[in-house]
Amino acid sequence: MSRFAAILFVVWIIVLATTPLHAENYVVRGAIMIAMFSTLALSWNIIGGFAGYPSLATAAFVGLGSYVGAVSQVHGVPMVIAWLLATAVVGVVAAGIGGLLLRLKGHYFAIGSIVLVELFRLIASSWSSVTGGGNGLNVPLLRWEPDEVAQMFLLVMLGLMVLAFFMNVAIKNHRLGFGLNCIRQNEDAADMVGVDTTKYKVIGFTFSAFLCGTVGAVYASWVGYIDPTESFQIVLTLKVAVMALMGGAGTLLGPVIGASAFVILEEVVWVNFLSWNRAILGVLIVVLIFFLPNGILNLRIFSFLRAKHKGDARREKP
Amino acid sequence: MTTPVIELHTVARSFGGIKAVRDVSLKLEEGEVVGLIGPNGAGKTTLVNCITGVHTPTSGRVMFEGRDVTNQKPFQAARSGLCRTFQIVQPFPEMTVLQNVASGALFGQKISSLHKAYDAAHEYLDFVGIGEYAEMPASALTLANRKRLELAKSLAMKPRVLMLDEVNAGLNSAEINGALGLIKKISDRGVSIIIIEHLMKVIMTLSQRIVVLHHGELIAQGDPRSVVDDPKVVEAYLGEKFAKRLTEENHG
Amino acid sequence: MDVAQLLMNGLALGALYACLAVGFSLVWGVLNVINMLHGSFVVLGGYLAFFLWSYFGIHPLFALPIVGLVLFGLGYGLQYTLTNKVIHAPVLTTLTLTFGLDMILYNLMTVFFSATPRRIRLDMGSFEVMGVFMPADRVVGMVLAVTLTGMLYYVMRSSRIGRAIVAVRMDRIAAQLMGIRVNNIYAITFGIGAMMAGLAGVILVIVFPTTTSVAGVYLGKAFVVCVVGGLGSVPGALVGGLVLGVVESFASHFFGPQNAPIIGYVLLLFLLLVKPTGLVGVKGYE
Repeated sequence: MSRFAAILFVVWIIVLATTPLHAENYVVRGAIMIAMFSTLALSWNIIGGFAGYPSLATAAFVGLGSYVGAVSQVHGVPMVIAWLLATAVVGVVAAGIGGLLLRLKGHYFAIGSIVLVELFRLIASSWSSVTGGGNGLNVPLLRWEPDEVAQMFLLVMLGLMVLAFFMNVAIKNHRLGFGLNCIRQNEDAADMVGVDTTKYKVIGFTFSAFLCGTVGAVYASWVGYIDPTESFQIVLTLKVAVMALMGGAGTLLGPVIGASAFVILEEVVWVNFLSWNRAILGVLIVVLIFFLPNGILNLRIFSFLRAKHKGDARREKP
Repeated sequence: MTTPVIELHTVARSFGGIKAVRDVSLKLEEGEVVGLIGPNGAGKTTLVNCITGVHTPTSGRVMFEGRDVTNQKPFQAARSGLCRTFQIVQPFPEMTVLQNVASGALFGQKISSLHKAYDAAHEYLDFVGIGEYAEMPASALTLANRKRLELAKSLAMKPRVLMLDEVNAGLNSAEINGALGLIKKISDRGVSIIIIEHLMKVIMTLSQRIVVLHHGELIAQGDPRSVVDDPKVVEAYLGEKFAKRLTEENHG
Repeated sequence: MDVAQLLMNGLALGALYACLAVGFSLVWGVLNVINMLHGSFVVLGGYLAFFLWSYFGIHPLFALPIVGLVLFGLGYGLQYTLTNKVIHAPVLTTLTLTFGLDMILYNLMTVFFSATPRRIRLDMGSFEVMGVFMPADRVVGMVLAVTLTGMLYYVMRSSRIGRAIVAVRMDRIAAQLMGIRVNNIYAITFGIGAMMAGLAGVILVIVFPTTTSVAGVYLGKAFVVCVVGGLGSVPGALVGGLVLGVVESFASHFFGPQNAPIIGYVLLLFLLLVKPTGLVGVKGYE
């Protein structure tokens, strides 16, 4: 990304971080959501944007993280440890499942990942002894001032967003990112050139999942109550994928732009058109597909935000 | 006596009921250039696929530098130095020429830094003669240059053995001459080569030895002149009647 | 509950699943589009039948052709104008598009039909044959489902359109070279998919209460049937549906009704990994 873009990004982070100082509660809440979805979109970017594998499993990992975090906290584990535990568990599960799921390609992979979300939801519903089943789970809340709580969670989510961003940067500039890109463009050729495609895909998938687990656990601690239907929504994964696509999948800032724009739009729509919000979201998606197929960041006007990157031939026509 | 670089022991490969390759045994010595010829459908590409791990032989063994690599996966073959090009060139379409070659250096040669891989890639591009196109998208190259790109990519993987699958398909005579010179240069560097080709001019000029496949079987092997005169080979290409006529004419 | 009863329940349910999924399977197999609207089409069909019955007294049997026509038109129109534009785009694009459209339809239905569950109650009593109990409406549902699926199969095999659809599925470019107007075939296939969904919805609204939220459940069943039975073939959908029905029936009995769907999904994942072509059908594009 160009210098200008980097500066914009830092400014944006500062804007979000300082909302508690000058804005209403619901704005702070919005900032937390923006940071949260940016993290999820940036994570998705690794498997969906770099590797081109249309994973719809984000909701499965966020939900899993929520439940591991919540259940641990219910059993007395301190909050931050619970978050780390959730991250570790989700990472391990993703690596394991990834090994199986990533053998599938295209449509089959997408379906496999959707089914994962559903499966986790059903298991969470069924296993009531551990998860509270359909009644959900209450998470012990912090005994702080509500303002302080909001501030803390905002900073945590922003921290995760920055972490996810640097993860993207590191991977893109490393052999892993290059390899994932090769896989996306021509998986057979990648194989022939010496890329261990299975290993790379699983690593990419795991990287894209573990921060989702953290987000889930943090979210559960913030909101204080989770239940299977809320935690494992397929709509969530689709929103995240749409955010990344909207901003520009495969770019570094794209997911952040997409997530921010989407959350703001959603707030505006929700407040003004409550009973139609789903339809409007749908229309937004349809419009996006037809008019912004490569995302916002890949439009000509925004070329000043993109890196003048050696050998980046994706959009320049000779 | 040095171990042959490649040894095939009765390698066979079937697809369902079709026996594409039947019990082929052959050796490739270090530094050799071997031509692999045969009519269409003889099993040449399938044989190469068996050597590079794309297909696992149904029976038989593939030895590379004395190691049994029969069950290897394609990326393992690539990394250990068994490289090949494709009839239908498959670059990474969205990458530049430089990036395409760099991929070979990154993964075949296992260079770890992107920067070093790009530097190495420049060298290989210059070697094959398309250095000036480094920043162009790979999809914008002419066919001849795309073939050179394939070669550069394979060279970037530092191959011990290079298998060329009909590199000259679609090229005009000037381009073919250029390709010939390039392949000679590669051989001079010590790379052992198996070349699948239909153009006799190329095969005769480059190969020290020719292997002929027909219906999946190895029907003849030896130095170029004697293989070309072998009645079995003539029969494979031109049919029984013509082969008989030729033998009569030659001995009459 | 003895095995015969469980089996019968499973087959009856399975027939419904087969009819439900056959349209989805066709669209996926021929157009390579995963139609996320499918579940909503089913619900729409059910709602239309319900309202035809409550406001006009039209018996569901006669509602079938009406619903079929309306949904065919809807499907054809959608495909011709919208989804056709992205038909050769990557997976995520088509999936997202149909998902977006589904959200619109879903919202429209929730607003216009409200969330109250609807069901057409035809009190027809129940049968008993050799110790196996079956409510009559289920039997009727099963017979209808099998009949409709059979009719589709017949049409696919013997009509020109059916042959053209199969041709496009096998090789789009060759079909074009033969003079088949592929865009038209795509639209017709999507229309058929929507139509079968709607017809299934009519049958389902007789047997189960229908509300917008079950759209997702039905879509999930369709997925499983396709993977189990194979894509793009009517016999595949039938086999897949029956297998799923029987598996769920037995799973429900032994593991509890709330766990039955879990078994279904596990079966799907297992088959995806082991034999994605399904038990009968042709492998979909990847």
